[in-house]
Amino acid sequence: MNLEELQQIAASVHADNEQFDFEVNVCQGTGCLSQHSDQIMAQLIKVVAEKGAKVHVRKTGCMGLCAAGPLVLVEPENQLLQHVGVQHAESVITHLGKEPEKELQCNLREHFDQQVHVVLENSGRIDPERIDEYIARDGYEGLVKALTEMRPVDVVQQITESGLRGRGGGGYPTGLKWGMVAKAVSETKYVICNGDEGDPGAFMDRSVLESDPQRVIEGMAIAAYAVGASKGYVYVRAEYPLAVSRLTASLREARRRGFLGNNICGTPFNFDIEIRLGAGAFVCGEETALIASIEGQRGTPRVRPPYPAASGLWGKPTLINNVETFANVPPILRKGGAWFAAIGKGKSKGTKVFALTGKIKNTGLVEVPMGMKLRDIVEGIGGGVPDGRTFKAVQTGGPSGGCIPAELLDIEVSYESLVQAGSMMGSGGMIVMDDTSCMVNVAKFFMEFCMTESCGKCIPCRAGTVQMHELLSKICEGRASMDDLDLLIDLCGTVKEASLCGLGQTAPNPVLSTLRYFKQEYMDHIQNKRCSAGVCTMTHEGVTA
Amino acid sequence: MSAATDIKTLVINGQDVSARPDQTILDVARENGINIPTLCHLDGLTDVGACRLCLIEVKGQNKLFPACVTRVEEGMEVTTESERLAKHRRTILELLFAERNHICAVCVANGNCELQSLSQELGLTHVRLPYRNPELNVDASHERFTCDHNRCILCTRCVRVCAEIEGAHVWDVMGRGADCKVITDLETPWGDKNSSCTKCGKCVQVCPTGALYEKGKVGIEKPKHPEFLPYLNLMREAQ
Repeated sequence: MNLEELQQIAASVHADNEQFDFEVNVCQGTGCLSQHSDQIMAQLIKVVAEKGAKVHVRKTGCMGLCAAGPLVLVEPENQLLQHVGVQHAESVITHLGKEPEKELQCNLREHFDQQVHVVLENSGRIDPERIDEYIARDGYEGLVKALTEMRPVDVVQQITESGLRGRGGGGYPTGLKWGMVAKAVSETKYVICNGDEGDPGAFMDRSVLESDPQRVIEGMAIAAYAVGASKGYVYVRAEYPLAVSRLTASLREARRRGFLGNNICGTPFNFDIEIRLGAGAFVCGEETALIASIEGQRGTPRVRPPYPAASGLWGKPTLINNVETFANVPPILRKGGAWFAAIGKGKSKGTKVFALTGKIKNTGLVEVPMGMKLRDIVEGIGGGVPDGRTFKAVQTGGPSGGCIPAELLDIEVSYESLVQAGSMMGSGGMIVMDDTSCMVNVAKFFMEFCMTESCGKCIPCRAGTVQMHELLSKICEGRASMDDLDLLIDLCGTVKEASLCGLGQTAPNPVLSTLRYFKQEYMDHIQNKRCSAGVCTMTHEGVTA
Repeated sequence: MSAATDIKTLVINGQDVSARPDQTILDVARENGINIPTLCHLDGLTDVGACRLCLIEVKGQNKLFPACVTRVEEGMEVTTESERLAKHRRTILELLFAERNHICAVCVANGNCELQSLSQELGLTHVRLPYRNPELNVDASHERFTCDHNRCILCTRCVRVCAEIEGAHVWDVMGRGADCKVITDLETPWGDKNSSCTKCGKCVQVCPTGALYEKGKVGIEKPKHPEFLPYLNLMREAQ
């Protein structure tokens, strides 16, 4: 395979598409499928066949605006249709080229115009299981370029120049990590893609794997070439069956086209990928636990160093990156590191995909340039809080993150600023809360999550989360005293500083951040036995401390 | 033997010490008479860094390091005693006491328990946290030994000694978080007729508390002898 052959494949896809007057893309992501978008698609195909219309009905991945699903995108008009039902199939086809029915029109300019799509550039526009459609949108150009024109060290150089940082949450410079694995001396090295997305409210990685799996495969292959690995693993949660099946199909396609296997693109480079399924443990998203799990061991983290870059899978140097990180790689190779570095702000380059959920109008997946104001995401793209309620806080970073209050909505989204605000970037979950949310209860929810997901290896996390959860329950039920609050703060300190892995070290964050911004709510629960949001039921009413 | 020629010097609690590069901070500290509290560590077994009692401070670093798995580095300045460390260590012990049913007065290991002696050593006079009092089983099916989960602190010494020294791998950990427990074989009774246990008793000797004990002996009659491990390893290496 060379660039010319890629162009030929692309040309034949374009020629195929030109036979049709219209293309109707139907979202077949998990969100829309839950509302039977597969039946809608079947009906659309039936109507097109009956009418003999020159329309290509295509299955695609996520279009982002999950709140308005099931979604249908009509090309070349680029008209998005919302809340499409089986009964609308006839009308969708008859209105092609004309203005669609009023109730189906989705014209949320402010939602889409402020977004910059790099990772999601193909989502909702290609059939995820047809590799040729990916190639037609410049897919595999990056890999072919890397293999035929660049040395591994040049690839690492491009990634370093791009300023790309780990999208799994930590924000470790990707170029630096690649360089470390590349420099490690070993005959065997591994590349692992971490798709064990487990934060409550986060579904970015699932969506990328469902909508555009080839870009993750391409990203991994480029990484393997750069670091000198010949074997890769994608670790995906078993709870993502659609992602797994699309990825499986895509791996097959990639092998068929010769992007995986031996002598890729006629070079001496060999690389193949296997899928490993997670068995439902959140902690397996931690890299050393994930590696243990692939090895068939109990999924518990181990002390670092040594880092996986030096001693990872089966003791070999291992590169481990998140799904979204790998998904950023192909366009960087295609367009150059400098192009990527021009997006974003400060030390946070490029874009970030967020899963907007909670009390927000436009629930769904958004991709924004780093450095955008949180307010623009929540109020602009997200459409703000529905039902006339008032915004209270936005939770980022999942159980490792924190709650950012209304007065800090003007901070810019970057790795540093979010940490400064007591939260973190995390993998990209963004849960919006309005005045009906009790912040103590929110902290309790996340603590319960950490408690049940603790692997049990180290004492501070295993026993500390249980005690912190108990104290938070006491506060929520109006049974707590000020001493309990002091004890809670004390435990937060020990669990944060003494735990073995990131899960325990960050487990107190939801408590610490809510205490920092919403201390009054804690005091209200403890001293006045009152929950201003009306969420908590007090067992000891009317007693003042 | 490059390790022999490349000797590192570092400072522990203001004291200049020397070390081979493959030594951990814990090794070097103990060699020089500086005690760092440990529970999951045992000379002769691989370290897991799980109990977090051996956390120490390194000058210039904000985070804490487990001494049992942190290798020495040239010019390192280590502090093993500070208010911050003492507070964490005491809290960890409190968490352990409150987690299961550790009542010294009615424990077979009373007087021979590492959890008990560490608490005395670290000045833990009372536990601020509520005891969880979980309902846990006692497995007395084995002809010679008993496993009392109420006293287990999940240090995994038994798991490691059985797998690494005896080579039987009878013990393992199951469950997650607070539900974790050590099990024999696939959670079958220890004394099961098909048990893979070799009855060597190493797990009992290394258990720091009263979770694993020899039947028919109580309290002061049953001091444990985990000190055989380093010698055993040395002899094996010599072979």
